[in-house]
Amino acid sequence: MSGATVVMRGVTARYGRHVAISDLDLELRAGECVGLVGHNGAGKSTAIKLMLGLLSPAAGQVAVLGATPTAGRSAQGRRQVGYLPENVALYPSLTGAETLGFFARLKGQPVAANSALLERVGLAAAARRRVGGYSKGMRQRLGLAQALLGQPRLLLLDEPTTGLDPEVRQHFYEILRNLRRDGATILLSSHALAELEGQVDRVIVMNRGRKIVEGAIAELRGLAAVKPRIRARLAHPPAAVVAPPDPRPEWKPLGDGRFETTCEESEVAVALRDLPAFADQVEILRPSLDELYAAFQAGAS
Amino acid sequence: MRPIAIIAGKELRDGFRNRWVVATTALLAALALTLAFLGSAPTGSVKVSALGVTIVSLSSLTIFLVPLIALLLSYDAIVGEAERGTLALLLAYPVARWQVVLGKFAGHLAVLGCATAIGYGVVGGAVQWTGGDDGGAWAAFVMMIVTSILLGGVFVAIGYLVSALVGDRGAAGGVAIGVWLVFVLIYDMALLGALVADQGRTISAGALNVLLLLNPTDVYRLINLTSSPNVSALAGVAGLGASAGFSPTLLVAVLAAWILAPLVAATAAFARRSA
Repeated sequence: MSGATVVMRGVTARYGRHVAISDLDLELRAGECVGLVGHNGAGKSTAIKLMLGLLSPAAGQVAVLGATPTAGRSAQGRRQVGYLPENVALYPSLTGAETLGFFARLKGQPVAANSALLERVGLAAAARRRVGGYSKGMRQRLGLAQALLGQPRLLLLDEPTTGLDPEVRQHFYEILRNLRRDGATILLSSHALAELEGQVDRVIVMNRGRKIVEGAIAELRGLAAVKPRIRARLAHPPAAVVAPPDPRPEWKPLGDGRFETTCEESEVAVALRDLPAFADQVEILRPSLDELYAAFQAGAS
Repeated sequence: MRPIAIIAGKELRDGFRNRWVVATTALLAALALTLAFLGSAPTGSVKVSALGVTIVSLSSLTIFLVPLIALLLSYDAIVGEAERGTLALLLAYPVARWQVVLGKFAGHLAVLGCATAIGYGVVGGAVQWTGGDDGGAWAAFVMMIVTSILLGGVFVAIGYLVSALVGDRGAAGGVAIGVWLVFVLIYDMALLGALVADQGRTISAGALNVLLLLNPTDVYRLINLTSSPNVSALAGVAGLGASAGFSPTLLVAVLAAWILAPLVAATAAFARRSA
């Protein structure tokens, strides 16, 4: 159990007769930032609700911070967990400051630290306004602030960046990096895969309640066997095309003097060296997570 | 205890914010003042306490209005939060579900208590000030306010039970109105009809007493309309109160049981509900 914040073993969850998650194994370690990826209805939110103890598994075991989350439903462990629900709903009649005060008291945290937290998510100016009048992005930021209350050891964030503008989004990831440095475990769910790139240590890809694949993004690239593509614009066809016996595969014309080729990751340097000096607008297109996802989806079905 | 107090405080604040307290206080006070001053016209000739008459008319008002207000306040408590999505977040905090129910109950009871105590208290004061008669009816008047709040508590608890059992808000509202109709109107009419049809052949006095205790509004009526000989003579239920022979303590205990049972059932239903 050393270092494992969340362990799920053979977990199945049902809503009535609908099976939301089947036979899920998952482990989150301390200081790790993990992306939980899948379409709507893939079971991401259900997995998070199982970790929070809002839902009991029909089969299998869930352990969070060394305890079963559903046992004794007021488990003290919840003080160390921060949760941001998908499309967070808050009490519209309370102001931002009151909302955070309410949640801080429930968590047994000093209310005095709240104004700094509101400052951190950029809501200091709106703290005295009612949440009912907040924009979606402001509600999301307030939701994030409540999840950060009391330095949680485990943060479960369900679609955290929907509705955030790019500036706040960058700030949000910076906050997450600081929390990780302090040893917190972070689970981010998302259906916008490209967004997690560069933010997470590894991703868990889910489809229809099952885990399809899991690993660091680079690893998944290798597994999916989606090769990098190189694009360049040339005034006239490249030497490789003009002068055959060239080991490079053929460059496909894309029109407007642009060409594209595909190669292995290890051959990128060679391919670039072969480009004539007058080539411009050179791009290396690595498969995005979306493409990887599509490849795994195809493999799974 | 702390989470209960925190949630209760939030509900009370909500009650003041969304004008529930102000609106119900004004409504109760306005109706009660109307009843008190239109209804106390005969007191001059009959030589009874003005406050006594007011107790009778306010009891009848309470039986109609307080359960309705209580159900409107409570039917949405669990199913509404579940539907709006605030419940999942609340339950992710270190709060047990029974604490959520008890906290909300304390808060809603406080909202109702404020409205009733202020609304009726104002009327009691006004009647006393204008009528200026005996202080003897004051104990009965205070008893009426306290039991009105208890009656509200009964229907707040029943509202939570509905809210915990029913799947969506609309249905919960419908069931709540049904509960109100049954306890406030249909039950007594059906009981009366049965008594008339039966002509005293099978329904004994003892059975009738039990049947009265099975409806919290009848328990409330028994407490307040038989609270003093003066009042029961006015209410025309002297015979009923005397034959029932329940002590006020027992009746209040029954009312308390009517709060406890639905509250426990609501907590149990809520515990089984998926958030």
